[in-house]
Amino acid sequence: MNYHWNWQFFLQQTDDGLRYYEWILSGLGWTTLVSLGALALALVVGSALGVMRTTERRALVLIGDSYVDLFRNIPLIVQLFLWFFVVPELLPEVLGMWVKQQLPYVATAIVGLGLYTAARIAEQVKSGIQSLSRGQRNAGLALGFTEWQTYRFVRLPMAYRIVLPALTSEAMNVFKNSSVTYAVGMLELYFQYKQIIEKTSQVLEITLVVTLLYVVLAFTMNRLLGWVERRTRVPGLIAAGQGGH
Amino acid sequence: MIEINNVSKWYDDFRVLTECTTRVAAGEVVVVCGPSGSGKSTLIKCVNALEPFNEGSITVDGTSVGARGTSLPKLRARVGMVFQHFELFPHMSITDNLAIAQIKVLGRGRDEARQKGLALLDRVGLKAHADKFPGQLSGGQQQRVAIARALAMDPICMLFDEPTSALDPEMINEVLDVMVELAQEGMTMMCVTHEMGFARKVASRVIFMDHGHIVEDDDKDAFFGNPHSERARQFLDKILQH
Repeated sequence: MNYHWNWQFFLQQTDDGLRYYEWILSGLGWTTLVSLGALALALVVGSALGVMRTTERRALVLIGDSYVDLFRNIPLIVQLFLWFFVVPELLPEVLGMWVKQQLPYVATAIVGLGLYTAARIAEQVKSGIQSLSRGQRNAGLALGFTEWQTYRFVRLPMAYRIVLPALTSEAMNVFKNSSVTYAVGMLELYFQYKQIIEKTSQVLEITLVVTLLYVVLAFTMNRLLGWVERRTRVPGLIAAGQGGH
Repeated sequence: MIEINNVSKWYDDFRVLTECTTRVAAGEVVVVCGPSGSGKSTLIKCVNALEPFNEGSITVDGTSVGARGTSLPKLRARVGMVFQHFELFPHMSITDNLAIAQIKVLGRGRDEARQKGLALLDRVGLKAHADKFPGQLSGGQQQRVAIARALAMDPICMLFDEPTSALDPEMINEVLDVMVELAQEGMTMMCVTHEMGFARKVASRVIFMDHGHIVEDDDKDAFFGNPHSERARQFLDKILQH
């Protein structure tokens, strides 16, 4: 192999005065911020939608189902373009200008990735709730809980435990999917990767490093949620909290 | 205490309950029996509105269950219910199972709710298990906890929906003992059960249902001595044979 390995280039200065490894660290920071932000948003919105889809109110079910159908059937990259370029045009002019000029890119990226992921989390939360027996809801109601309280105290705590392995995969996906936000100008890890290739042509080194960083990010998430899974395991119960990744 | 007047329920053209009328007076223990699919579980679930009904009326302590303005959570908080499959909350310790509704529904303080729960747990003979989780208890133990959980709300009456049907035979009596004790203390009870020994011992009346109709509604002695419908006679013959 004639490839000229050069691991030193990471320490070289770039045009903007930073060193290449600092570009990577900066990209890593943005990737983490976008991913965690999107994940938090997705958990909130996805849970709300998942709950709506299990209620007995037709309108709520319809809203939840439509959302999932819509957001799962449009490619992520198209959704991001929609949020960045189309939605601001549809807003009232003042608001649209504010979004285009004032709102940091990262906020739009978080919304785009978060709402995309929410559809997938809604699906999982719904299946978790539906896997519980109807008797659990009835027992909550019989004690005087409101419908919402049966979710809050009875159904969601078990539903989350049951779908935690699936949520773990989803959380790892968010980190991987966050790379798509480079297309709308986020200076995240994948963007920096592309940029460094163009500048240095040390393709193998940078590819190995970036690959490793993505693996570390996703794996950290996996371990973190594995820990949550062990912490929330219900004593005496085999059904919940099992299953690998 | 519980008044059921001409209650009917149907899905499309399938009738589940047809003009059921009966009442449970304060302090009475009424046993509801009948073959499976006869509507007895549905009827008892109508009492605390876990099942809606299409016609007729039910009042509990003067409150109309089906009326529009009725707050169902408030009503249900006063009516204890015990289910066939216990339905303890698996992710909570026994103590929390007993305390949660007292805190969230009745607004009791945490300590007060725990004390009350522990006292009732002691009463059903399970104080030593306070810190365990439902999955660590036997079926009979879980059902006794479920009874204690319902009692912790200071209910004005108790509904039992086949409380021993999911239990292994050797655990049935520990649950029935608790229920008998409760009956003897004067609790108003409506029990769907096939435990005829229990019925003989503490029931004031026995209701026999078949195909959504209340076929018999008799004093206990009349029911066991001389049921007037052929269907009830056959049913008793079958379940009392052994």
